[in-house]
Amino acid sequence: MYATNYHRASSVEDAVKLATANDETKYLAGGQTLLPTMKQRLAAPSDLVDLRHIASMKGISVNGGTIRIGAATPHADVANSKEVASACPGLAHLAAHIGDPHVRHMGTIGGSIANNDPAADYPAGLMALNATIVTNKRSISADDFFTGMFDTALEDGELVVAVEITAPSKCGYAKFPNPASRYAMTGVFVAKHGDGSVRVAVTGAGSDGVFRHEGMEQALASNFSAEALDSVTVDDADLMSDIHASSAYRANLVKVMARRAVAAAG
Amino acid sequence: MGMEGVGARVARKEDKRFITGKGKYTDDMVVPGMKQAHFVRSPHAHAKIKSIDTSEAEKMPGVIGILNGNQLAEDAVGNIICGWMIHSKDGSPMNMGAWRPLAQDTVRYVGDAVLIVVADTKAQARDAAEAVVIDYEELPVVTSAVEALKDGAPQLHPEAKNNQIFDWEIGDSAAVDAAIASAAHVTEMKIVNNRLVPNPMEPRAALGVYDEGEDHYTLWTTSQNPHVARLVLSAFYNVAPENKLRVIAPDVGGGFGSKIYIYPEEIVCLWASKRTGVPVKWTSDRTEAFLTDAHGRDHVSTVKMAFDSENRITGFKVDTIANLGAYMSLFSSSVPTYLYATLLSGQYNIPNIHANVRTVYTNTVPVDAYRGAGRPEATYLVERTMETAARELGISPAELRRTNFVREFPHQTPVIMCYDAGNFEASLDASMEAADYAGFEARKAEAKSRGKLRGIGMSCYIEACGIAPSAAVGSLGAGVGLWESAEVRVNAVGTIEVLTGSHSHGQGHETTFAQLVAERFGVGLDTVSIVHGDTDKVQMGMGTYGSRSGAVGMSAIVKALDKVELKAKKLAAHLMEADEGDIVIENGELKVAGTDKSVPWFQMALAAYTAHNMPEGMEPGLKEGAFYDPSNFTFPAGCYICEVEVDPETGKTEIIQFVAADDFGNIINPMIVEGQVHGGVAQGIGQALLEGTHYDADTGQLLTASYMDYTMPRADDLPSFNVSHQNTPCPGNPLGIKGCGEAGAIGSPPALINAITDAIGNNDLTMPATPQRVWAALASAQ
Ligand SMILES: Cc1cc2nc3c(=O)[nH]c(=O)nc-3n(C[C@H](O)[C@H](O)[C@H](O)COP(=O)(O)OP(=O)(O)OC[C@H]3O[C@@H](n4cnc5c(N)ncnc54)[C@H](O)[C@@H]3O)c2cc1C
Repeated sequence: MYATNYHRASSVEDAVKLATANDETKYLAGGQTLLPTMKQRLAAPSDLVDLRHIASMKGISVNGGTIRIGAATPHADVANSKEVASACPGLAHLAAHIGDPHVRHMGTIGGSIANNDPAADYPAGLMALNATIVTNKRSISADDFFTGMFDTALEDGELVVAVEITAPSKCGYAKFPNPASRYAMTGVFVAKHGDGSVRVAVTGAGSDGVFRHEGMEQALASNFSAEALDSVTVDDADLMSDIHASSAYRANLVKVMARRAVAAAG
Repeated sequence: MGMEGVGARVARKEDKRFITGKGKYTDDMVVPGMKQAHFVRSPHAHAKIKSIDTSEAEKMPGVIGILNGNQLAEDAVGNIICGWMIHSKDGSPMNMGAWRPLAQDTVRYVGDAVLIVVADTKAQARDAAEAVVIDYEELPVVTSAVEALKDGAPQLHPEAKNNQIFDWEIGDSAAVDAAIASAAHVTEMKIVNNRLVPNPMEPRAALGVYDEGEDHYTLWTTSQNPHVARLVLSAFYNVAPENKLRVIAPDVGGGFGSKIYIYPEEIVCLWASKRTGVPVKWTSDRTEAFLTDAHGRDHVSTVKMAFDSENRITGFKVDTIANLGAYMSLFSSSVPTYLYATLLSGQYNIPNIHANVRTVYTNTVPVDAYRGAGRPEATYLVERTMETAARELGISPAELRRTNFVREFPHQTPVIMCYDAGNFEASLDASMEAADYAGFEARKAEAKSRGKLRGIGMSCYIEACGIAPSAAVGSLGAGVGLWESAEVRVNAVGTIEVLTGSHSHGQGHETTFAQLVAERFGVGLDTVSIVHGDTDKVQMGMGTYGSRSGAVGMSAIVKALDKVELKAKKLAAHLMEADEGDIVIENGELKVAGTDKSVPWFQMALAAYTAHNMPEGMEPGLKEGAFYDPSNFTFPAGCYICEVEVDPETGKTEIIQFVAADDFGNIINPMIVEGQVHGGVAQGIGQALLEGTHYDADTGQLLTASYMDYTMPRADDLPSFNVSHQNTPCPGNPLGIKGCGEAGAIGSPPALINAITDAIGNNDLTMPATPQRVWAALASAQ
């Protein structure tokens, strides 16, 4: 790791101010991605602005049908939240299957989506749940937020403050972990919304990050059952191929995990 | 057996310091004036070094020195050696290219060391390393041994045409061909044994200290054999003569073979300490460990096994291409030859065996012994072939093995080894019973009702431990003798120190060896200390690998204990005015049998040192040493059974049960032995199911250089192991023990793969059996 300056922000405004003072500054949330990258000298921010002590960015609240998760909330809190478990069980299940206990107690939802790793779990959840990402400046729909592998709609210095989700009528997540990293080799989140629409988002498999699968969404909108997916084909053309899994294998996993996600949604 | 003696499940003495974080490892060592090193390594798998510019780097804060390969050559530091000479079948010696501790003209794998940077802090050394400018001319790369042998492949060393190091054979080729020609059935397979990264918990480290006043060197290092390190460093690398060099291997956090070898970093740190005038410490990080620790396995083989009409094996023919990486590591040549092909007879009566082995240079990390070293590769061939043959012949795998078991001992195989003892059927029966083999079909049907595919597979392994006797290995090309030494010092107050040339890096010697002494003299375990790992304390030793510390190391201790006992009894007899032959040692006392006369152990010891009242002609003191050179290898054997369930939709394998029935001969501490089996089986499951090492074929970059991509077994990948022991004592050593350190890693991969291939109905499956591979194999079987 190269030398870096550490700042502890006390509020959202404070954090943004600190971050914009210098364009080599980075926000630090759980540090589960940023710090290993710095240790390997692959990232060299001059300054770090720690978000973990900003009270307004932490915690979960459920209001009517809306779930609000502060960006600095660790995965373990989402996994263990009774409110999330009852309003959106698929999301609690997803959070409970990120990494290991250490990672879940340090890593945050804001850090996860700002990083937008193509194999991360939350992007699939938020896209299928049609979540809104609230920043210090604006609100962004998940569809617009995730713009490609390790890429988001965030502008320089823009801070994710919270994530808001309208509770779906049903949802489920099925993940096939990469045997080594245990990130998603393929993860599929399925959500049936109050208006009857269905969203299916796939992570870990797409060659440009998280994506929605229209064919599956249509099939499930008319018949929300695992069998409805039997006739859907998953094209492997846009899927990733690497030492762990070929695109053909991933295409198979997309379908299998989708079926299991629907079954889990009940 | 007492509470603490031979056969007792004594908790490990060393664990207190390990579990509480109080172990002292090389990286914990601090000496006055110590500085930190960072190695500049090649980012290319194959390149010419055109120029090196360190001028900016030398001006960086904290930098003490940046040293290169030319300076190393100026000081006449030698090439890294390979300690086992193999001749090709045409009689020519192996074609060995030079391995310089710091590359001078050419780099041959990603991670090849080029420079050492010494600075006040690690970060400064690393900063300066980044400021070094090296101009490389990239050369074409080859990472696969099969490709490297082909005409036109990139050439690594001028000495090795077509990258071939040797083309070696063992056995009678014509006889095997004849057996195959007249066989009732021949089973043919192409089998890959996947390359593994050893991954000990503690990464390698070295601290070199040159003392100008004494003209003396000290090296702290993560070694399994500090005496061999000292010998090689002085005799071959010319760093310092043996009497001016002390090598200390303190607590070492696992090795699995990878810490046998003397690596460039150890040589260079020691040399750099004199060059720079400061003590130099280097500690590998995990990425460096992936890139530079000697890897294991990496064989591609084809086999043919011939059977007669009664299903008896009549011949076994093996052709193997072994990847040795960019350079020949210390024992690299012995692993795919004498540690491998000599075990191709397995547990069976095979009249004719022939193996041909070609070893090959590639632009990859050097490959050498890794837990099992050659025997896992042999066992994998034999046991995969046996199971496949049984399926082809339509008989049960157990039956085919029973038909062919060696039942009379000693048994001379056609490939050098002479099995001294064993009862292979006992382990087969025990494991089939423990696994409820008979109930498998019902379990399979039940799994099918849940949409899962069940499979069961077995593996009957035999291996050779102790790697000795010296004369035998010498005749096969070894550059060292493979005996062991021990010294037993009884102090004046009766406490006992045992100095051993074996080295403990996780095996529990401090407990097991002490149990041996406690049993012999009836003294408490706490009064016995085991001293190892320091060339200034222990006179000479060959270290620990090849499961040799029990069979060879402890046998040396037994010989020394015999001498101590003899003298102690003589002295006690003199003190009690009794006949020497009447003295018995019990519960810490030397007694005159049949009387109430006794002298406590400590009093006898004190008498030896006060020397006021000694028998005529007896020297004062009580300290004896011994060297032990065994008469044969030892032959642990056993039967492993694995049962799996495959999810046909994803190809994911779940291990339902794993049964290990081992014959290790006599056992000193069953708990430690079971721990060795658990660890070995976990590693074998890692190889078979999880651990894949991938190089990019075009660039030679290691794609699996971290735990994000290299799958180490985790607890939840493994079942609870069902372990039992059978016992046919080894006739070749005084304790009747065979060794248990590697069996788990040797016997388990074929059992697991046999189970998966049974489940999916396709015998063609390559390790590691990742979900993708199993899914694809299942698809092609349907
Ligand atoms: C061993 C291990 C296993 C893991 N397994 C999984 C897994 O199975 N599934 C999975 O999804 N993830 C996994 N992760 C990733 C982990 O869950 C975190 O989500 C991830 O590391 C990012 O979150 P963080 O809070 O640690 O962010 P940090 O590492 O602190 O930051 C990551 C990036 O996001 C930026 N950032 C952080 N917070 C904000 C914010 N509020 N607004 C704008 N930018 C921000 C930072 O500047 C940085 O660029 C794993 C990580 C590890 C180390």
